Amino acid sequence: MNRPRPKSDHPLDELLRTDRVPHIWCPGCGIGTAFSSCLVAVKNSGIDLVKTVMVSGIGCSGRAAGYIKLDSYHTTHGRAIPFATGLKLANPELNVIVFSGDGDLFAIGGNHFIHAARRNMDLTVICVNNFNYGMTGGQAAATTPTMARTTTTPFGNPEPPFNLPLLAFASGATYVARWTILHTRDLTKSMEEAVTRRGFSFIEVLAPCPTGYGRRNKEKPLDTLRMYQERTIIRNDANPAEAVMDYERGITLGKFVDVESPTFLERYERSSRPAPPTAASDRGGCA
Amino acid sequence: MKPAVLTGEHFISGDAACAEGALAAGCRFFAGYPITPATEIAEHMAHRLPDVGGVFIQMEDEIAAMAAIVGGSCAGVKSMTATSGPGFSLMMENLGLAVCTETPCVIVDVQRAGPSTGLPTLGAQGDMMQARWGSHGHYEIIALAPASPQELFYQTITAFNLSERFRTPVLIMTDEAVGHLNERVVIPESGAIRTVNRTLPKGRKDRFKPFRAGPDGVAPMAVAGTGYGVHITGLTHNEQGYPVMTAEAQAAMMERLTTKIRRNLDQIIRTESYRLEDAEIALVSYGVSARSSFSAVDEARNMGIRAGLLRLVTVWPFPEEQIRRLARQVRALVTVEINLGQIHLEVQRCAGDRAPAFLVGHSGGAVIPPEQILETLKQIQGV
Repeated sequence: MNRPRPKSDHPLDELLRTDRVPHIWCPGCGIGTAFSSCLVAVKNSGIDLVKTVMVSGIGCSGRAAGYIKLDSYHTTHGRAIPFATGLKLANPELNVIVFSGDGDLFAIGGNHFIHAARRNMDLTVICVNNFNYGMTGGQAAATTPTMARTTTTPFGNPEPPFNLPLLAFASGATYVARWTILHTRDLTKSMEEAVTRRGFSFIEVLAPCPTGYGRRNKEKPLDTLRMYQERTIIRNDANPAEAVMDYERGITLGKFVDVESPTFLERYERSSRPAPPTAASDRGGCA
Repeated sequence: MKPAVLTGEHFISGDAACAEGALAAGCRFFAGYPITPATEIAEHMAHRLPDVGGVFIQMEDEIAAMAAIVGGSCAGVKSMTATSGPGFSLMMENLGLAVCTETPCVIVDVQRAGPSTGLPTLGAQGDMMQARWGSHGHYEIIALAPASPQELFYQTITAFNLSERFRTPVLIMTDEAVGHLNERVVIPESGAIRTVNRTLPKGRKDRFKPFRAGPDGVAPMAVAGTGYGVHITGLTHNEQGYPVMTAEAQAAMMERLTTKIRRNLDQIIRTESYRLEDAEIALVSYGVSARSSFSAVDEARNMGIRAGLLRLVTVWPFPEEQIRRLARQVRALVTVEINLGQIHLEVQRCAGDRAPAFLVGHSGGAVIPPEQILETLKQIQGV
């Protein structure tokens, strides 16, 4: 039927750079769902959109910054978190969201992640974990399950993967959650909590990568979603060390950590500027 | 609470003078990582920034320090980091990001001898070509080479002014000797210090194109949180800031990135001439090596050798025209630097066959004594 389709607005149009559509993500990819959840969370949270910034690194998930219609920075590979740290410290009024992938945040950027978590830097870090490097065609990542096949582990991955919530918790993150793109309500709720709270918040989002990961591991997009439905267990407040990430034993989802702790800037103000600021305080710069 | 500008006479190190220059220029964010012989700059900033409403952070490495200052500048605050060779190598990645995204920032390299860990406590000038070409791709950069603590104070202000004016990272290529040298530094009244701030956009926010150059070749810069909703990427991008993966877009972006520097050389390049009016042999030097060169010129003159000195205050973009002019006037050019021939190659290139170019240099670990320069001058003179 070749009837012209009536032009209808997408409910998230105000937050999307519609002039950049079509996006680069493959059919069956989960990043778009994680990205929509993030946009819905930002919209529902009521935070000041003018003061909200998205920062990405490099990779498929890293392209998210290019589609959000807010101030957005697509930086270098692995460096989204330190870049975001600079934004936040230079202007503490900004709500800074880092949206990137597992390869970017946990291999090349792993050091930055643990230190930002340790400092309780006031950032929301959303990691779309698709178990491989999608942009470069499906190579092994620090999250690739043991024995999984990728283009650089053609005989099976000899390495064990990181358990990201455990790493985040051990590093000092004050909010830690894991969801899949099938659990969009829980995921969106977590993202909303994360962007409205103070401190370092980390959300892992499991997402299929049929092009890079799925086809080499006998997982069609719907198979992956079925596993998300059948082999996940929601255990809020579970000890992150017991938040298993194993398809055989079941994948633990939930909000594992949500604690109050002073942020880097709060501690900095307390240690370095104990006196109340005077009206004449000169901030300088060009802001 | 101390003021941002510490007006008065001080006896301080080059590193401290650099930090004070940054504060006087309006720098309010410093991200760094400890490294000899630049650590004192970070220490000084850690101590002073809270006083003036700024923020200091010690990052986990120099990659992060450089990324953080690019972020800080994107949020509208003048930002700086300081390091030495090994850290300078790590900063090259995000230096490229700052070039590509046209983000003003200042990076200080207090040079020590390399390669690798080299001589951590002993100086050299071996990072001059890394300053020019250290990040990948073809780009223009501005690099200054102060020769004294007093000059480190002023050139740090100049570095911020140039970076804000041209929306580019600016490098301060000093060295261990100048960084650790204690000398008299006079800091003027704050009203006597000229500071430049980046041009901010005007007009309708929804029509703003973040990389559309103004008449002077530089685009106004929208900072985060001011309602422009800009997208900034290290990918090749168009005037809107959107990625475009074509050779044409690459050419257009590179045209803007390079011409904003190449067309304004007269505003950027500074050199100092010493006894060059009737010189037959011209020394060309910068940083601490220029100090040895001043005395070598005087001693040579006492011996009847008509020597002079062109001191490069700006090293990049290279003062090509100044060298060409000099090469037409003198019998020989002698570059004095603590490496085995880096700026020497540029001098040779610009001199062409107008005058032969010689090098007085060594591989680092000490300043060049005037006697070593004098030996070469005597050989050229044939005495």
